[in-house]
Amino acid sequence: MTDLNFAMSAPVVGTSGRAVDAGAKPKMSARKLNFYYDRFRALKDVNLDIAEKRVTALIGPSGCGKSTLLRIFNRIYAIYPKQEAEGEVLLDGENVLDPKFPLNRLRGKVGMVFQKPVPFPMSIYENIAYAIRHYEKLKKPEMDTRVEEALRQGALWDEVKDKLKQSALGLSGGQQQRLCIARAVALKPEVLLLDEPTSALDPIATGKIEQLIAELAERFTIAIVTHNMQQAARCSDFTAFMYLGELVEFGETEKLFTQPAKQQTEDYITGRFG
Amino acid sequence: MSATQTVATSNRVAERLYRKRRIVNRIAIILSCAAAIFGLFFLAWILWTTISKGIGGISLALFTENTPPPMQSGGLANAFFGSAVMCALAILIGTPLGIAAGTWLAEYAGARKIGTVIRFVNDILLSAPSIVLGLFVYTVVVAQMGGGFSALAGAIALAFIVLPVIVRTTDEMLRLVPAQMREAALSLGVPQWKVIVQVLYRGASAGIVTGIILALARISGETAPLLFTSFGNQYWSTDLTRPMSSVPVVMNQFTASPYESWQTLAWAGALVLTFFVLVLSMIARAILLRNKTSND
Repeated sequence: MTDLNFAMSAPVVGTSGRAVDAGAKPKMSARKLNFYYDRFRALKDVNLDIAEKRVTALIGPSGCGKSTLLRIFNRIYAIYPKQEAEGEVLLDGENVLDPKFPLNRLRGKVGMVFQKPVPFPMSIYENIAYAIRHYEKLKKPEMDTRVEEALRQGALWDEVKDKLKQSALGLSGGQQQRLCIARAVALKPEVLLLDEPTSALDPIATGKIEQLIAELAERFTIAIVTHNMQQAARCSDFTAFMYLGELVEFGETEKLFTQPAKQQTEDYITGRFG
Repeated sequence: MSATQTVATSNRVAERLYRKRRIVNRIAIILSCAAAIFGLFFLAWILWTTISKGIGGISLALFTENTPPPMQSGGLANAFFGSAVMCALAILIGTPLGIAAGTWLAEYAGARKIGTVIRFVNDILLSAPSIVLGLFVYTVVVAQMGGGFSALAGAIALAFIVLPVIVRTTDEMLRLVPAQMREAALSLGVPQWKVIVQVLYRGASAGIVTGIILALARISGETAPLLFTSFGNQYWSTDLTRPMSSVPVVMNQFTASPYESWQTLAWAGALVLTFFVLVLSMIARAILLRNKTSND
C-alpha cells in the first residue's frame, strides 16, 4: 500500500492541473477500517489518506466497498441497523467514529452529495437556507447573501436567480444535482463526499459538475466515488482502486492510470474485468 | 431449397401464433370491459335513484329547519350540524394520533418485530365492523358516564374509524419517500425529528392529506357507530355532552318510517351526503394528481 507522503514526495503536476506537492497534508484518514453489513465484511483493514484541498477518487467494480467507505466518513451508515464500522477515521487527527464525537459537528464539517439528486420538496431558496438555519441564526439579508453565495459556488446562480421561490422539484436533473452540491457547500464544510454524483446525469450536466468539482477543490477536500474511469482520470489528484473490500492500490492519479503497480489495477483500468 | 422451406414453415408458425395472440387479446379486452360496465351500471343506477328521489326534497328549508315531527314539514339542519361537529371532532382526535403512530411505524420502528405486530393490529382495526366500534365506545364511554348518550361519545367512535386509516396512509406515504431523501437531510447534520417534520412530511403531505379526506368521506356516512353513542336528537343541540342528531342516523330512522314527508327528507339527506362524499373524493384525487405531475 502506498504511503500518502511517499506519493506526494515529488512535486509533480496532477491531471487536474493543480500542483501536487508535499504541502498537501492528510485531512481525513482511515486506519485499519473494517465494515460489516450484519455478518458480511464489506471493508477489510482499509488504510487511506484523503489529502487536504485535493480531489481523491475511489474507483473499483460494483460491490468493492468504495461507496461504503465514503458513507463511513460522515457516519451516514449509522442510520441503518446492523451496520457496523470498526477501526478509526481521523478528521484532523480526531477519531470521528468515537461515539463521543458529536454527529452534528461531523456532518457540519463533512458534507455529502448522493448519486440521485434529492432536492427537498421546498423552494430553491429554502433548500439552501434550510440547512444553514440549523447551524446559524441569520437575518434575512444575511441569509440572502449566504444563499446566493452557495448557489454561485454550485454554479447554479445564473440559472435560478429569478425563480428562487419556485419548487426545486421543477429543476432539471443536472440543476438538481448542482443544487444538492450548493446545499452541502452552504454549510461551509471542510470535506465534500461525492457518491457517484454524475451517474444519473447526461454528458453535458456531467461536464458542468466536473468543472464545478475542479473549482471546489480550491476550497474543499473532496472524495469522489465514480464508476467512470475517465472521470477519475480527469478530475482527481489521487486515486484509490478498491476490490472486494480491500484497498488494492493508491497513488497519484496520473501514475495509477499510466503505470499501475499492481496487475489487478491494470486489469481493471484497461477494462479486462469489473 | 430446404432452407427456404424451413423459413416458410417458421413464418407460417409465427403467423399462426400471432393470430392466436390477437384472439386471446380481444377476448381479454371484451371480458374486462364487460366487468367494468357491470360495475359502473350499478353505480349509475344508485346515483340515479338517489338523485331522482332526493331532488324533490332539496330546498332552503332542508338546511334551515330542524327535523320535524311526523306528518309535518321541516329540514335536516340539526342533523347536518351534528354530523359536521362529530366528524370534525373525530378528525381532530384521530389525525394527530394517527400521524404520530404512522410516523413511529415508518421512521422509528425499523425492522423491529413490534412494528410488524402493530401494523397487523392496525389492519385488523381498519377492517373491524363499525358497529363493533360503536358497541366498544358504548361500553367504555357511554355506560361509564351513567348511560348518557353524547355527541362526544359519537365523535370518539368515529375517531376509531379515522385512526387506522390515517396510521396506514401516514406509514405508507412516509415509506414511499426515497431513503436518499432521509440520507441527504441527515447528512446535513439535521436531527432526525426535524428531518421528519420539515422534510419528510412535506414529501408525504399530499398522500397524508388525501388519507384524511378519505377518512372524512368514510365517517360522514357511518351510522352504526353513532346508534349507541350520539343516539339522535330531534332538536338543535350544540352541547357535546348531550345526544346529537346526525344525517345517517336520521336517514336510518326516517326511511324506515311510514311517513312520506320523513322519507322525502331521508332521500334529500342521502343526496346531499352522496355529493359531499363525491366532492371529497374528487378533491383527494386532485391533490394526488397535482402532486404526481409536479414530482416528475
